[in-house]
Amino acid sequence: MSNPLVDMEKPDVIFCIGTNMTECHPVAATRLKRAIAKGAKLIVADPRRIDLAEMADLYLPLTVGTDVALLLGMAHVIQREGLVDQSFVENRTRDAEDFFKHLGEFTPKWAQSICGVPAEDIEKAALWYGQGQPSAIYYTLGITEHICGVDNVKSLCNLALMTGNIGKEGSGINPMRGQNNVQGCGDAGGLPNNYPGFQAVTKPEHQEKFEKHYGRDIDLENGITKVTAFDQCGDGIRAMLIDGENTVVSDPDRNHCQHALESLDHLVVIDLFMNETTELADVVFPATSWAETDGVCTNTERRVQRLRAAVPPVGEAKPDWWIISQIAQRMNIPGFEFSSAKEVFNELCSLSPLYQGLDWDLIDKGEYQWPVPYKGHPGTPTLHQEKFENGRGIFTKVVYRDPAETISEDFPIWLTTGRRLQSYHTHTQTGRSAGIDYLLPGESLEIHPEDVMSLGLKDGDWCLLSSQRGSVKIRVEATARSPKGTVFSSFSFSDVPVNVLTGSGYDPVTQTAELKVCPVRIEPVKS
Amino acid sequence: MTPPTHLQNKQSDPDSKPQGQETLTLTLDGEEVTFFAGETIYEVAERHRKEVPTLCYDPRLEPFGACRLCVVELEGARNPVASCTTQAQPGMSIKTKTPAIEEHRKVLLEMVVSENDGIEVDPLRGYASQELSTLVDRYGADTGRFQGAQSGCSKFEDDNPFILRDYNKCISCYRCVRVCAEQEGDYAISIKGRGFETQITTEFDGLLKDSACTFCGQCVQTCPTGALADRKALRAEGQDGELQKTRTICTYCGVGCSVDLVTQEDRLVAVQPAMDGPANEGALCVKGQFAFDFVQNPDRLKKPLIRREDGELHEAEWEEALQRAADGFLKALDEHGRHSVYAIASGRAPSEAAYTLQKWIRSGFGTNYIDNCSRA
Repeated sequence: MSNPLVDMEKPDVIFCIGTNMTECHPVAATRLKRAIAKGAKLIVADPRRIDLAEMADLYLPLTVGTDVALLLGMAHVIQREGLVDQSFVENRTRDAEDFFKHLGEFTPKWAQSICGVPAEDIEKAALWYGQGQPSAIYYTLGITEHICGVDNVKSLCNLALMTGNIGKEGSGINPMRGQNNVQGCGDAGGLPNNYPGFQAVTKPEHQEKFEKHYGRDIDLENGITKVTAFDQCGDGIRAMLIDGENTVVSDPDRNHCQHALESLDHLVVIDLFMNETTELADVVFPATSWAETDGVCTNTERRVQRLRAAVPPVGEAKPDWWIISQIAQRMNIPGFEFSSAKEVFNELCSLSPLYQGLDWDLIDKGEYQWPVPYKGHPGTPTLHQEKFENGRGIFTKVVYRDPAETISEDFPIWLTTGRRLQSYHTHTQTGRSAGIDYLLPGESLEIHPEDVMSLGLKDGDWCLLSSQRGSVKIRVEATARSPKGTVFSSFSFSDVPVNVLTGSGYDPVTQTAELKVCPVRIEPVKS
Repeated sequence: MTPPTHLQNKQSDPDSKPQGQETLTLTLDGEEVTFFAGETIYEVAERHRKEVPTLCYDPRLEPFGACRLCVVELEGARNPVASCTTQAQPGMSIKTKTPAIEEHRKVLLEMVVSENDGIEVDPLRGYASQELSTLVDRYGADTGRFQGAQSGCSKFEDDNPFILRDYNKCISCYRCVRVCAEQEGDYAISIKGRGFETQITTEFDGLLKDSACTFCGQCVQTCPTGALADRKALRAEGQDGELQKTRTICTYCGVGCSVDLVTQEDRLVAVQPAMDGPANEGALCVKGQFAFDFVQNPDRLKKPLIRREDGELHEAEWEEALQRAADGFLKALDEHGRHSVYAIASGRAPSEAAYTLQKWIRSGFGTNYIDNCSRA
């Protein structure tokens, strides 16, 4: 997030797109609800009539995968109506002229023809966002899990840059990070293109720094992504270590994923429970869980916070860092003589420009949001205040592309996937917490009541849901939360493995899967 | 009046004041003190470490003035005033603790407790559950002084696994109603009846699961009497061992809510929100509040596992498992080269896990063959 969570209560206008915040980030949503109570206007763009849509002053029910069209239409109106922040564009951005020329043809009418949102509502959304003092954007995986995820994000950046809604209190472009430490994992260097602290592996000064630190020759180019690595399993990739991820259930195209892991010579998995991924491993290590582990995590607003062990580990479980270090030592790799999480974290701080001003003791109360470039620096709740990291904010001429697969005679319905409030991801933890099943006993497919009728089904029936990649049997839930022609399910339950169906395509830059769009067919089936 | 400011006031230096605000003064228990525009008398007193008792007050909520325990003497006013709803004004002279005020508070407490079926409740019930019994102790209030009918009607037939609705202990402070509306924004809790017949309820007087309730638990944690209680925590009621709290961060989404893990000996028995947590300021959701017991679930892996000749995974000692893991990677390195080994870091584990894993790949193999689970 460019801005801190407390800023959620400050904007005039809040634009939520592709975020089911009340279910996936419920506590952040409480701030949003307070902002609305204080008079902020809420615009929600989402294919489904989620709870946020019910709260919205303006709801834009776009067709799945058409965000770029909607956002181009909005940018067109902002320019046409003279709502561009000229001094911000002049002083802080680049390539504006080209971008503004590019916008000419993308009228709200054109956008309507693609995204299905009435042109007058696109006009209204653009006016509100453009006039807000300030306006803020919040998004989640509904923006990124598309073949055009990067284009979607750049489209949002264009809106913020045109209107100067970045770098000031209550504004910003705010992705809500999904997992408790997905931010910290990237910060720590768990990426094929960055050393710790997002230091690009392709930059000579970083290469020199880490070559010296590791005392060995290193690759000068980016590593391959996980998606590519899975494609190469059994071929180029022969051995893999997976830490704490039930990738077989959470990844798209489950059959491909399972086959990839089965083709390895050697698979080591660190986890808390046996699951569909550990079942395929050669060696499984028991990790200490959340309440048993000292460590550090970083939240969606870049706040670096301490985790503290409250109970002793179950059985012989050990912290992940210890297990990995022990494997490294047995391979005679130097630099793994760590004796505590504190030592590991302090080494990370010493190598990351974002954490340079932090150490284990300083973050005791969780006061710091990175970057903290030196000791004594107060941290950076709001990014991009005076300048952008790379000098100027760049406008991008984004164009609309159809999803990887579009509906057809064989697969005439859109499936979009997501999460539910009461369950977390593959349910390995929430499913083992007493009482959760009282609220969420199982998976269901949310279908518009009229579609349920025309498919010859009834609420509570079972149906067979199929895509080009496979089929799953799933219970029907008739609800107007789903628009006509689009159905929804989560991927939480292993007995309804919805990711057998997904995986139609990947963003060419990030290789993020298009989990939000998958053409399907629905057929009645006996229970 | 914003809730975060209130929260900060509680911990701040008595003399601190917001920047750019004009300094105003009033007399508090004979001493001239500063305050800033918009503060209530209660907030000024709280900031200056006066122990003004309250039951209906939660610093995150709008002042309500229901319990009248926070009354103070204001020079020139005919009757004591409720400090939580009275704005501080320059030149006011306030006494927070005269014998008359203290006696008034004691009688009020005696009347409040006369309607309840008991005030001693297990602290497992919730974060604020001891507030009433603590005040009764502090004032030496006589719980049997007034004999009369009891108010409230517990709704034990609501068999949801999370929130016990023991309204026999309700004192109609409305903190649950207000926290659900003002903080959570769900408006699931409402009131029926008036006066002695007041009853906290939900729409159509039904079960919580049939209401707008999301089981976030905020009502439980703000209840000052334990009338709304953490049913999961109460599973540990009566068990041996002192309750301890450890501050950590919730394990679910990326918001990063601060929580206190409540433990009894080696058992994790409950989660309570941290009222001063920077990301959540006392709020949690159903997962953070109630989905904690996977930690000590019997299914947890307790020993390393190795796949043996029979093709099955078997429990093994650490040394053998670590060596087997290392040997497998060395073999791949030897036979297929540096680019045959790949690692996937976890967005669920602490940063130390991702850091060591990427270091293992980068310093052990000299590649960047590392990624994490964020692409799916």
